[in-house]
Amino acid sequence: MSSARDRILGSLRRSLGREELSGEAKAALEARLAHPTANLTPARSQLPHAGQVELFIRMAERIDVTVARIPGRDEVPGAVADYLASHNLPTEFRMSPDPFLDAIPWERRPLLKFARGRAEPADLVGVTPAFAAVAETATLMMVSGPERPATLNFMPDTHIVVLESRAIVGTYEEGFARLRTARNAGTDGRYMPRTVNLITGPSRTADIALTLILGAHGPRRLHVVLVDGEES
Amino acid sequence: MPKGRRVGLFVTCLVDLYRPQIGFAAVKLLEEAGCRVEVPRLQTCCGQPAYNSGDRADATAIARQVIAAFQGFDYVVAPSGSCTGMLKVHYPALFAGDAAMLEAAEDLSRRTFELISFLTDVCGLEAVEATYPGLVTYHDSCSGLRELGVKAQPRHLLQTVAGLSLTELPGAETCCGFGGTFCVKYPAISEEMTQKKAADIVASGADTLLAGDLGCLLNMAGRLSRNGARVAVRHVAEVLADQGGEPAIGEPAAKKKSRR
Amino acid sequence: MQVSSHDFKARADKALHDPNLRQALSAMEKGFVSKRQAAVRDLPEFDALRDRAVEIKNHVLENLDHYLERFETQVLAQGGKVHWCASPKEARETILALLRTVEARTCTKGKSMIAEEIALNPFLAANGIEPVETDLGEYIIQLADEPPSHIIGPAVHKTKDQISDLFLEHHQKYGRTARQTDPQALVNEAREILRQKYIDADAGITGANFLIAETGSTVIVTNEGNGDLTQMLPRMHIVIASLEKIVPTIEDACTILRVLARSATGQEFSAYTTFSTGPKREADLDGPAAFHVVLLDNGRSAMIGTELQEALRCIRCGACMNHCPVYQAVGGHAYGWVYPGPIGAVLDPHFVGLEEARHLPSASTFCGRCEQVCPMRIPLPKIMRYWRQQAFERKLAPPPERMAVQLWAWLVRRPALYHFATRIAAYLLGRFGAERGYFRRLPLAGGWTRGRDMPAPSGRTFHDLWRTSGRGRGEAE
Repeated sequence: MSSARDRILGSLRRSLGREELSGEAKAALEARLAHPTANLTPARSQLPHAGQVELFIRMAERIDVTVARIPGRDEVPGAVADYLASHNLPTEFRMSPDPFLDAIPWERRPLLKFARGRAEPADLVGVTPAFAAVAETATLMMVSGPERPATLNFMPDTHIVVLESRAIVGTYEEGFARLRTARNAGTDGRYMPRTVNLITGPSRTADIALTLILGAHGPRRLHVVLVDGEES
Repeated sequence: MPKGRRVGLFVTCLVDLYRPQIGFAAVKLLEEAGCRVEVPRLQTCCGQPAYNSGDRADATAIARQVIAAFQGFDYVVAPSGSCTGMLKVHYPALFAGDAAMLEAAEDLSRRTFELISFLTDVCGLEAVEATYPGLVTYHDSCSGLRELGVKAQPRHLLQTVAGLSLTELPGAETCCGFGGTFCVKYPAISEEMTQKKAADIVASGADTLLAGDLGCLLNMAGRLSRNGARVAVRHVAEVLADQGGEPAIGEPAAKKKSRR
Repeated sequence: MQVSSHDFKARADKALHDPNLRQALSAMEKGFVSKRQAAVRDLPEFDALRDRAVEIKNHVLENLDHYLERFETQVLAQGGKVHWCASPKEARETILALLRTVEARTCTKGKSMIAEEIALNPFLAANGIEPVETDLGEYIIQLADEPPSHIIGPAVHKTKDQISDLFLEHHQKYGRTARQTDPQALVNEAREILRQKYIDADAGITGANFLIAETGSTVIVTNEGNGDLTQMLPRMHIVIASLEKIVPTIEDACTILRVLARSATGQEFSAYTTFSTGPKREADLDGPAAFHVVLLDNGRSAMIGTELQEALRCIRCGACMNHCPVYQAVGGHAYGWVYPGPIGAVLDPHFVGLEEARHLPSASTFCGRCEQVCPMRIPLPKIMRYWRQQAFERKLAPPPERMAVQLWAWLVRRPALYHFATRIAAYLLGRFGAERGYFRRLPLAGGWTRGRDMPAPSGRTFHDLWRTSGRGRGEAE
């Protein structure tokens, strides 16, 4: 008896009126997969970098994301502490075990207490970096890995993202292009981590009588600490 | 005017049976725009009831008849977006496997136009000489709007009618619930749609409702009448042809000029 | 899901008299339609992106066998597994077998239309595994023991008061005895109860909006984040997807994503778009240890090359139903199977049989609004018309309906007789209707006159008047 796989592929090829692809037709598809290229992208984000940063901030406001812009990473502890205080949130948080976050001088705000690791059910606040951010729709691009557990993006009620402004790009495609570079992608398509989360605003639902409510299952609050640093 | 465009008027079965004055309004408008108008006697219905009921064989036979009846005209014009859409968009689809008939259907398609858009887009009509005192709203019938792109043309010409003010109908692009055989096959759903439409028409505050398709007009007029709403319902061509003094759709013939 | 599409008319009538449903549907019409319109206005490239998205899907369908094989190769290379299933039965049994390997007692579920299509929940329950819906809308209808009525807003037919009652009834066992009426409080209550379910679940099942051939990734789009918690907390992540979800590259997915949320909810982008590739990596601190993709055909491979092929471009955004006046009148349950609205009228006859679902493609005015808003430019009315032709040829409609059409066509094809008959009809109707101008009742026209008056004809046909006016002489006969 033939496998379901053979039956499905056979049925497809009968419908398509041809055998399995070979030769040039097959090579053309392989080439398309080996060298992915962006299709049409909106003009909206095709700006100089400073304009993309502005666009990111503007789009973030439209989707209930708050942004605190600071000049350098030394100011991150103050920005985090201020945000937590202004929302009457505890000064404890869980942080990605990530070298960029580790290099922040947290000792400047001794009241801040944190643990590194994946999110645990009791964690109320998570602090993570972002791999990139897409100005087009104020979308944060989170790439999972040992230093960036994905649970931190979803479990705590409050999610604080420390984002370097140089990580802001125009489009999703530019974000993925950076990912391919960062992970030394060849042409075999095997560069993806377990998850890439594109996050565009806090968790939301309109399933109760089409009333928009934030914090359905994921974070109720999404705050971006935007670190300008040295622009290249 | 022997040099004018030679236009075959596709009267449509509903105008023929229900409201011939729409046909005469169309003739008047076309002639004033410099066309020579003829009405081939071999025409009946465009075949849409059969086509939309899945009766492709009859629809094809009717299409052949219409194509033959309108051979030789420079243009074929109908006071209906729905029937025009049938001739222009759907006839070619009926003859996909028949090269000769497909060519004939495509030829008819190229020559066929909905009345109001023909007047503006082909004849270049910018204004009409007509008077119609009142607050008017306009419903965009679905086929005209979405198959043929009729939207701005009737509004443009209506703005040139003396005494007429146009107010936009909320949900003007939403179907009125007629849908040809739909309204009798699924009367309960149709009534719900028509009731919403009637409520929007009344909410617009207009004293007159115009549209470019008699099927939709009969449907909306029927509901407005059942609701006791005092809104006069007419085909847009009647007003543009300065024939707005006739009894409105569903008004008794004796009760002339009782619009107010 | 129990099929009841044959009962469309009765279900529609019931829906038209359900005050809760009327209230829920009127809110929906306002919400979705104006938000989509605003989102489209804000993106000048929207229509060009639609064209590109259509090209991508057309290309995929022409090469689907190749892309599916490539997808499988990549999933395997990343440590996952693909399970090909020709039928719903195969898919259900495959999923059960996978769940048995982790001795699952409960599994959480993200929203999946394919799970509805294969009727997964009752099957799992019958086999001793509790499925927990985590999308808030799906959770609500699971409590109510109802099928979804909309593909992106499964509980859109429920009012807030009905949800308050449901939560009160079903959350007592968690010690929640107060009836919440504030939407925020209702969401909080469900959030807290479901959070524990995620943690307790042995496996998580999600659908997929895209399968990416380039990388072997599956993609889900949600706003709540439920699909993420569903897949990252348990030991096993099972993705169920139908085969047309394939796109070649991440870039292709990005193009379609740009039209998806705008068409669906009028958002520029949904809150969470998640690309999942294989199980957790060796040093990862979280993520599922096992990753399986259950790939369902269920007759789709046979749609290619037929009049139905274009329907396989569907990205399940729901815009067609949001803009459908028939859906707005009767809601989703009237359609009687998984996919309601215009896309249901096109797909359901294929999946459940035209005998069962013949009303669905028939109950449309062909107003064309669905095709106008469909981001993938699926010619929905054209495919509905195809089904009507099939139904006519197979004589599925009641004889009087067919005979009326054929009688009319018979007359229309005899112009002389036609003009004679219409002249008499116009005269009689005109004469009897002249005084009032309309009829309250008319023989054989009960469908019309039960809710509308029938305006009376003028009394003479156009062709009659034209001939006697002297204008008609010398014209082509």
